[in-house]
Parts: sequence; structure tokens; C-alpha cells
Amino acid sequence: MQYLCLIYDNEKIWADLSEAESGRLFGEYMQFTQDIKASGHYLGGNALQPVATATTVRVRDGKTTTTDGPFAETREQLGGYYLIEAKDLDEATRIAARIPSAKIGSIEIRPVMATPDA
Amino acid sequence: MSHGIEALFRAERARVLATTIRVTNGDFELAEEAVQEAFAAAVEAWRDAVPVEPRGWLVLAARNKAIDAIRRRVKLRQIVAAEEPAEPATAATELVAVPDDRLRLMFTCCHPALAPEAQIALTLRTLGGLTTEEIARAFLATPATMAQRLVRAKTKIKGARIPYEVPEASQLPERTDAVMRVIYLVFNEGYAATAGDAWIRRDLTAEAIRLGRLLVELLPASDGRAEAMGLLALMLLHDSRRDARTDAAGDLVLLEDQDRSRWDRAQIDEALALVPPALVGGAGPYALQAAIAALHASAPTAAETDWPQIAALFARLAQRAPSPVVALNYAVAIAMAHGPAAGLPHIDGLEPQLAGYHLWHAARADLLRRLGKLREAGAAYREALRLVGSEPERRFLERRLAEVTPASAR
Repeated sequence: MQYLCLIYDNEKIWADLSEAESGRLFGEYMQFTQDIKASGHYLGGNALQPVATATTVRVRDGKTTTTDGPFAETREQLGGYYLIEAKDLDEATRIAARIPSAKIGSIEIRPVMATPDA
Repeated sequence: MSHGIEALFRAERARVLATTIRVTNGDFELAEEAVQEAFAAAVEAWRDAVPVEPRGWLVLAARNKAIDAIRRRVKLRQIVAAEEPAEPATAATELVAVPDDRLRLMFTCCHPALAPEAQIALTLRTLGGLTTEEIARAFLATPATMAQRLVRAKTKIKGARIPYEVPEASQLPERTDAVMRVIYLVFNEGYAATAGDAWIRRDLTAEAIRLGRLLVELLPASDGRAEAMGLLALMLLHDSRRDARTDAAGDLVLLEDQDRSRWDRAQIDEALALVPPALVGGAGPYALQAAIAALHASAPTAAETDWPQIAALFARLAQRAPSPVVALNYAVAIAMAHGPAAGLPHIDGLEPQLAGYHLWHAARADLLRRLGKLREAGAAYREALRLVGSEPERRFLERRLAEVTPASAR
């Protein structure tokens, strides 16, 4: 079963980290990604640029409107994601708990909807 | 339907359902429908005689109904034959030992990925014999709200694939704690609350005790099982006082004033046998609380209560599961063992944490009253009354306040 692990953390925390600290965290991310590739759980993943670059688009009555910024103003922002393969929610939770940002932010685990014949 | 068959269905439902959920690969809805159909089929088929192995009959019937339903769905979706569910082993030999899947059902119902109130509702609905309406009544919710809560929980189990299995050893202690927490919440909902329908509340305590027994029976021998024995003993001991703890007017009767001949002796004896193994097997928070309750239950009169021992157990509990309320109980035990003057400093030390808790003021008032400091006791009772929520407790505090207030000041 596929799970999308959405990484929410506070961009300000990242911005306030010293170079050595953020370097260590990036190192942990690289190691984690390597590990779940080797164990066969990794299907994909990306880090995102800061929410300052986000645009929200809506279509209402056929009219498209775009607004600057993310859909929701929250303390934590979507900073990246992993798409993983896990046998059940318990395994997915164990993997998500190893994502470095779980220690400073939070990870939302969303099962990917199975589409017939996909 | 005859009473015998109805009782048999009630007794077997959780077990049959637990095994059928395994067949449907964690699909609760589908399994519930299949079990319902199997029971309906049994009413027809057992008209003349109940089979020798009714449980095996029901499990097999429910499994076949579930597999039929899965096949129908598969056909609807026109998925190739290779993906059809494997043919179940229907050999009669397999039926001799129907596996007991209720433990995995417990762990799945109490999975931390489900909301706490959903864990409780799902446990009562699938493992207990309560209907959705009964659960709604017990938790003061509408049946529609409760039904929605159950559907949402079942949808999450299926959609997020919450596993249907006993957790691996590394997670077992934590997950067993979660199951025990749900069982004890159900018990307290029935025992502590004074509002609501009395009959359904009695049902909740009985259901919690039944679930506690089941957990002890099914858990493999380990520290977790010892603590489950502690939980069961604790519930049995509290519940053994059910008839003595309120008077005819529905007012609370304090432990020391209760008529001990109205305590349920058989239930106390059952609990007392569970306490030593629970203590030896780990002495967790439930085991320690059970040991304290056991000392109360064993005292022939309130005056003969072994307060030094109770204080020692509360001290251990405070190390194991520290909380201001445990510290308050320790202070009260010290006061009972060594006099109100010995207990008062312990109580006063808890003011920062407990100044908003009516029982802290009530305990303090009681010690001041016994020390003859009636004016200070009155002030403390008034503060407790300002904070108290339940009506019987309010009436009790008002009686005590009247006792310490000079007639001229009333």
C-alpha cells in the first residue's frame, strides 16, 4: 500500500538554525532517503521551496482566480513529502517517525487512494 | 428466535466477528454483514437441532458469506480471475480448533491512530455486546452521531490499512497500555459518573470487567498480562462496593461509612487472588491501585484499615505514575496512618498544582476539621463547594460545612 508522508514544519525554525545544525539535518535527510531506498520503501519524494513561493488557484463558476500564498495560514508549512510503500499503517508510521523533521515538526501520513486498473 | 439461540449468538458474536474480520482482511463493515447473515441462516438451519459445534458452524457460515460478497464485488469490478480471493480451506478438521482472533480485534479497535472516543465506541460495539443505541445512550450522544463515529473509525481502519494483528513485541507494552486505558475508561464511565441512565451504566461496568477478563485470558504470559490482572482486580474491587456506595436517597456514602456486609464477597475473593501475581509480575499502576483497593476490601472495619501499608503503596504509585492526585491520596493516607497533623503539610505542599481541584480543598478541610480548626475548615469547605461539579458531592460537602459552622453563624 502506498502512503504519502507530508512533512510539516516551521520554516522559521529552519531559517534560525546555525549552518552547522542545518547541515547536520540535511545530512540526516540524505541518510534517511538512502536507507528507505535500500529497504525498498521509497517511491518518490521532494523538498519544496518556501511557502513564500506558493500560489493558490481556485475555479469558481468557470472563473479562475489565483492568490499569493498557501491555502491555509498555519504555524507549520508543508515543506516536502515522501511517497512510500508500506505493508500497513504501523509500518508507515515507523518509517515516518524516522523522517528528520518529525523531531521539529510533524508528519501527516495519508494513504494513497487505490485506483482500479492502475 | 428461542432464548437459547439468542444467548448463544450474544456469547459468540465477538469471536465469530473477530475471525470473519481476518477473512475480510480488516473490512469491518463487510464482516459485520456476513456475521449478521450467518446468524440469520442459523436461525433457519437450527430449527430442529443446534449443531455439535455451533461456533464452528457460525464461523464457517460467516466466512462463506464474506467470500461470496467479496466475489460479487470482484465480479462487479471485472478483475481477472487470478486476483480472486484464495479458496478457503473448508476441511472439517480446521473447524475443530477455531482460532481466537479477539485479541487482534482488541488491538485494532484500540489503535492509537483512531480517535480515543472512536476506540471506546468500536470496542464496545464489536467486542462488547452493546448496540449503537446503547453506546450512544451511555455517552450521552445521539444514535446518529455514534453511528457516524463508528462508520468513520471503520473507514479509517480499511482506508489507512490499520493492521489486524497483535503488535510486534517491541510495541506490545505500549499498545497493551492503550487497550487497558480504553477498558478502564469504559469502567469509569459506568462507575464514576452519577448522571444518566443507571441501567446502562451498570452495563458499562459489567462490560469493562468482561473485557478485562478477556484480556487476561488472551494475552501471552508477560509483564503486560500481570498488569492486565491488576486492572481486572481493580475493577472487580471497585465494583464489589456498588450496592454500598450510595444510600436510599442516591447520596454518596464514604468508604469508611459503608455497610461492609453489602460488599460483593465473591467478587472481592476473585480479585484478591489476582493481586499477588499482578504485583510480582511488574507492580504497574493498575496492580498498585488494585493492591490499595484490596487492603480496603480486606479490612473488617474502617478503623482496622492498614493505612501505613496503603501509604507505602501510594508512595510506590507516585514513583511509578506521578500525578498530583496520587500525591494527594498519599497525603491522605499519611494523615490516616499518623494523624491529621502529619498529613496536613503534605496536603499544603500540593496547593500550586491542586488549588483548582475541589477534592484538594475537601481533603484539607477534613484534616482541619479533625484538628479542631473549625473556622479554617469552614473556609476550605466553602472553597470546595465553589469548585464541586456533581450534586451528591455538593450535598455531602454542605453537610460537612454545617457541622463545622457554629449555629450562631449559620
